[in-house]
Amino acid sequence: MIETDIIIIGAGPVGIFTVFEAGLLKLRCHLIDSLPQPGGQLTEIYPKKPIYDIPGYPTVDAGELIDRLMEQSAPFKPGFTLGESAVTIDEVEDNQFIVTTDKGTKHKAPIVMIAGGLGVFQPRKPPVANLENFEDNGVEYIIKDPEMYQDKRVVVAGGGDSALDWSIYLVENEIASELSLVHRRSSFRGHLDSVQKVMDLADKGKINLITEAEVVGLSGNGSLNAVDIKHKDGSQITKETDHFVPLFGLKPTLGPISTWGLEIEKNAIKVDTRDYSTNRPGIYAIGDVNTYEGKLKLILCGFHEGTIAVQSAFARIFPDKKNVLKYTTVNGVNGFE
Amino acid sequence: MAENTITIHIIDREGVQHDLEAPTDMNMNVMEVCRSYELPVEGRCGGMAMCATCQCYLESDHELPEQSDDELDMLDEAFFVEDNSRLGCQIQINDSIDGIVLKLAPEGN
Repeated sequence: MIETDIIIIGAGPVGIFTVFEAGLLKLRCHLIDSLPQPGGQLTEIYPKKPIYDIPGYPTVDAGELIDRLMEQSAPFKPGFTLGESAVTIDEVEDNQFIVTTDKGTKHKAPIVMIAGGLGVFQPRKPPVANLENFEDNGVEYIIKDPEMYQDKRVVVAGGGDSALDWSIYLVENEIASELSLVHRRSSFRGHLDSVQKVMDLADKGKINLITEAEVVGLSGNGSLNAVDIKHKDGSQITKETDHFVPLFGLKPTLGPISTWGLEIEKNAIKVDTRDYSTNRPGIYAIGDVNTYEGKLKLILCGFHEGTIAVQSAFARIFPDKKNVLKYTTVNGVNGFE
Repeated sequence: MAENTITIHIIDREGVQHDLEAPTDMNMNVMEVCRSYELPVEGRCGGMAMCATCQCYLESDHELPEQSDDELDMLDEAFFVEDNSRLGCQIQINDSIDGIVLKLAPEGN
């Protein structure tokens, strides 16, 4: 069990900066994020986009801002549980919380700060009838274990890097017995190298490239055994297959957050603006994930909210200690050993 | 109608038409106008052409500027895309689109 002072759900810019502010108060943090790397939307969606409203930076690329924040927080040695989604928050004795992820990893702390942004990133599911009936029965949205596809017929759908790279992987490593790549357009968006490789493999007959087409139906008795593919010209074929892997990227959803007994309004968590606490004592919500009258979904607002929230967290953990605000210009930054 | 204002017609997902007045001097785009009138347009990415939740179908004859690579890339991975699909956040509010008719695309995830 991972034990800490503050569990931060969400390792985006606000979560990372909160580590720094907590560290100034000598509070340790551990962050949980469903993505495999910290940075949230900034790293996952728009790393190269310049941001113009971060105080002190006339312009800074999103990815670079995350790097700077990680550097700023590093002295306080945050722990990270990445590639896992926080699923439950349970209250246990001594005013502690246990946050458990979808992989069963448990974290214990007296304080939880939800810095979940727009929500946990989950795979986008194409609007195909019966899709959910075949989940884990032939339909997968993430390839966790490529060996699962050994000697199987696979239909991959999508036009981006994920679809291209997995198609290449399953063919070059002689895993799939047959691989078809279905895409709605005639051209692909991914890295030029990957696109070229797919084209080469298609020319050699190793990838069955089906463009200007979409998977529109699934069939099977319990397990998937065929997909219906409709071409732009209206014609339709049925293709026998063992697996259908739609790779259409990720989208953020409130997901498990909506099951934690918090007050939700317009897909955001209502908070008390005195300290950004939620209706559950000891649980705070900061950044884009929260809402209150006058809320602006700006990174800089999240920075402020995290700063205020950790002061409240300190008072909650140490009700008998008086915290005196110390300026970093006076005290410096005393990192953890 | 006030100066520097145009009217855009948005057909929502129930088929109801909304006639919205939009200012031409505030650098707004269609997605922002829809959201300011509380129409169900998510605009998840804030207007960066990075989510396609503002996808709409151009139903009038208005000629729009050519789509950027970013917009085309985004529509590439969206669902329910038709030949007349556009991203609302990439359509700027100016006199040239006065009277435009746009239909909101289904919320395909």
